[in-house]
Amino acid sequence: MTAGLTLNKITSQRGVSIGEAARRIADLGWNPSYVQEAMTFPTDYKIGRQPKDPMKQVLRSYFPMQEEKDNRVYGALDAALRGDMFRNVEARWVEWMKLFLAIIPFPEISAARSMSMLARLAPGEELRTGFTMQMIDEFRHSTIQMNLKKWYMENYIDPAGFDITEAAFGKCYATTIGRQFGEGFLTGDAVTAANVYLQVVAETAFTNTLFVAMPSEAARNGDYALPTVFLSVQSDESRHIGNGHSLLMSILNDPDNHLLLERDLRYAFWQNHCIIDAAVGTLIEYGTTNRDKSKESYVELWHRWIYEDYYRTYMLPLEKYGIKVHHDDVAAAWDRLVKKNYHHKVAQFFSVGWPVNFWRIEAQTDKDFEWFEHKYPGWYAEFGDYWRWYGKKSVPGETPMLFDQENGYVYPHRCWSCMVPCLIREDFVVDEVDGKLYTYCSELCRWTHKVAFSAEYEGRSTPAMGRFSGRREWEECYHGWDLADCIKDLGFVRSDGKTLVPQPHLRFDDKEMWTLDHVKGNTIQSPLVLLRNMTPEQREKHIADYRAGFTIRPFQ
Amino acid sequence: MNAFTQEAIAQPPRSGAAGAAQFAGWDSRKYTYYKPKGRHATHYEDVTVDVQPDPKRYLLQDFIISFPDGTPTYSENWTAAKSSDWHQFRAVDEEWERTHYQRQSTICGMIGNVVENARRAGAPKRLDRTWVKVLEQYLGAYKHAEFGLGMATMHAQRYGYTQMINSAILTNSSYKLRFAQDLTLYLAELALDLPEINLDLGKQHWLENPAWQGTREAVEAINGTSDYLEKYFAVNLVFEPLVAELVRSGFFMQVAAAQGDFTTPTVISAAEGDYQRNLANTAELVHILSQDAEHGAHNRALFNRWLAEHGKRALAAARQLQPMWSLPHHKVAQFPEALNRALERIRSITGELGLELPAELKAA
Repeated sequence: MTAGLTLNKITSQRGVSIGEAARRIADLGWNPSYVQEAMTFPTDYKIGRQPKDPMKQVLRSYFPMQEEKDNRVYGALDAALRGDMFRNVEARWVEWMKLFLAIIPFPEISAARSMSMLARLAPGEELRTGFTMQMIDEFRHSTIQMNLKKWYMENYIDPAGFDITEAAFGKCYATTIGRQFGEGFLTGDAVTAANVYLQVVAETAFTNTLFVAMPSEAARNGDYALPTVFLSVQSDESRHIGNGHSLLMSILNDPDNHLLLERDLRYAFWQNHCIIDAAVGTLIEYGTTNRDKSKESYVELWHRWIYEDYYRTYMLPLEKYGIKVHHDDVAAAWDRLVKKNYHHKVAQFFSVGWPVNFWRIEAQTDKDFEWFEHKYPGWYAEFGDYWRWYGKKSVPGETPMLFDQENGYVYPHRCWSCMVPCLIREDFVVDEVDGKLYTYCSELCRWTHKVAFSAEYEGRSTPAMGRFSGRREWEECYHGWDLADCIKDLGFVRSDGKTLVPQPHLRFDDKEMWTLDHVKGNTIQSPLVLLRNMTPEQREKHIADYRAGFTIRPFQ
Repeated sequence: MNAFTQEAIAQPPRSGAAGAAQFAGWDSRKYTYYKPKGRHATHYEDVTVDVQPDPKRYLLQDFIISFPDGTPTYSENWTAAKSSDWHQFRAVDEEWERTHYQRQSTICGMIGNVVENARRAGAPKRLDRTWVKVLEQYLGAYKHAEFGLGMATMHAQRYGYTQMINSAILTNSSYKLRFAQDLTLYLAELALDLPEINLDLGKQHWLENPAWQGTREAVEAINGTSDYLEKYFAVNLVFEPLVAELVRSGFFMQVAAAQGDFTTPTVISAAEGDYQRNLANTAELVHILSQDAEHGAHNRALFNRWLAEHGKRALAAARQLQPMWSLPHHKVAQFPEALNRALERIRSITGELGLELPAELKAA
């Protein structure tokens, strides 16, 4: 046998080139002449130029490639069990996965649905193939994530919270933020939702923090399953980024679209910042036990991925097409993270509300304090005592943090736009829309509700734009309820009928666990209902006091 | 004063593995928020049910974004069909991402192997010359019909009220679009060995050949309806048995072998397998809605109307295709027999579902 002989030399034969295959597939569509396609979800944008498919993929190569990726994922999950991963996993980390994995399958499947909207709008057939693959990708992501969650439930020490996951997702005061994210992909103006909000901003900018930063931190906490699943998910994102960019280029081509695009980039960037930075910043810095000072903090990662990679290399070049890029918004988001402690305040809020969560949050400790102070100088002065109070109040019989008067925390208003509470008190905004009073975490969130999600934008009619709806303030749903009744209604009670699913600690012992009896006698109130019921004078004073903030009392 | 100390808080659990400690809820290792269809939850149900929330299933705050007319993110009104419980449906094929990729990938491998081996053996050169023209013009035209069904179902998967319905429609779309591409690439590969094949002729026939105009009209009519369930119904309960199976099984799969063609039936057989799954899913959903205690009568009347409207077009489309059976040199199948089988098929399907075929289809 000659040394240079390979199987390929014997078996290979000329095939159809990738370019030719993509060209032929792009020719499958036609302009209907008997019956026009049904009206689909509308847009105020005009898409005149046919977008190109940058990936030139065909399903024949797509399916085997994805199956191979799946095989690696499921093989790794089996290996993790054989390697006894859960013996060494950090419970602090897995507890936060009860929140994260309750949320994320819904935005994923929403993205699948939204491809239907784009496929009808984009002229030509070429990019439809790209949207097809994205649709199937998102179906993959949603069910592979549901599978991961089931796997945690079956193998982790405390399955409570995983076992009620989708019910919890529909009811929890924190997951409502994730619903704003997911519904934003597929409701209202189709291009605003599925192209700008989903593809151009969420997938192109923020999936790096979601699907790369999260897996890194998981691995540091002994969790090898989440990196396996989510890096596989992230490997599909380049296809989606390509789809989004291609459609964006077609939109940019028409100057009539520029005003709407400026609006949507503002709304999408700011809301992605509010939601993703709140969630992922908290998860990877407060859900970890790894305090290696040489690793990048969330804001360092943000600077690399959002500022350098996205803002400088993706957003800025849009200016040459005549799009006004709001540099001040990027700077404001950065300031909220580094100067105003945005995600630290989110972590604080989540922990205050632990009784109405469905996962455990343990107190941060001295080791954590040291790392936070190293990465965020001044952190201890603002948050150190709070976490010491939290540790103290984690024992059944204490007043739950949500109602504790001793530590000095003041429960926040909810932002009507991004659904994250108004945690940076000095930025708190109140305004009227259609004669009703609403609260916002920032000026841009006020603008999003009042100006962007409206029938008219800067004198231009925008009949396709969506509207905010529903009972958007979670607290209003339980205004006047006893906390124990609220938790029962939420379904956040364990199988014994009395022990709470959420716990403010990681002590896996009935003696240390809170029950309904421990939280009874505390009445939930809606800050918005209270605000609306105030006289103008009371309201003015309340807003001024709120903006002045609160001080955590020194821990004794 | 409680027994709090920083040390106690910092103390990690011995192990994070299931069973390392026993406390309230430690053994709750199944999803508890939905009722499985059978005695035990299936993997498909666990990764599918309730992922798309709605106010009837736990969505406390209702949908929080709406369209400008007030229509929420998902609406029960996006179909004229009514249900007292949209959440009852489970896909019969129980497809979720892993099983979907496995099946699709297996099909891609099967087709790839068959075509590659046939080409290596020189099979395309031995095809009957007239048959090559049939493949070029008729199979080339038919691939557009499959694409049209793929786009109809892709559009429809946005509108269903539950995850179970939308995911079944999504996998249906994925199968149709793959098959349209299978045919496209198969013909392109044949053209590598048979340069006389004009790959543009298929689309030209689809757009212009009178034999295909009824089929094109039927596919466009499906894409033209704004009712997502009507689309799903028309694709799988009307067009597939009356036109698509007629073309695939009733013509290409029966006739090909006699023309020296053993590859085309293999390529097409994948779509026949796909359809069995899509048919089972659609039949299950239509059955549930037809038997709905509250809305069954309304739904049956609606389905009968859809059956009449799309059935009329599909029957006309099928009849217009008759000349295709006269084209091959070796005539091993007759159109009337093939059409009779298609009619028997739709009679059997609608009979099982308790639906009323229109007079044209009964008498045909």
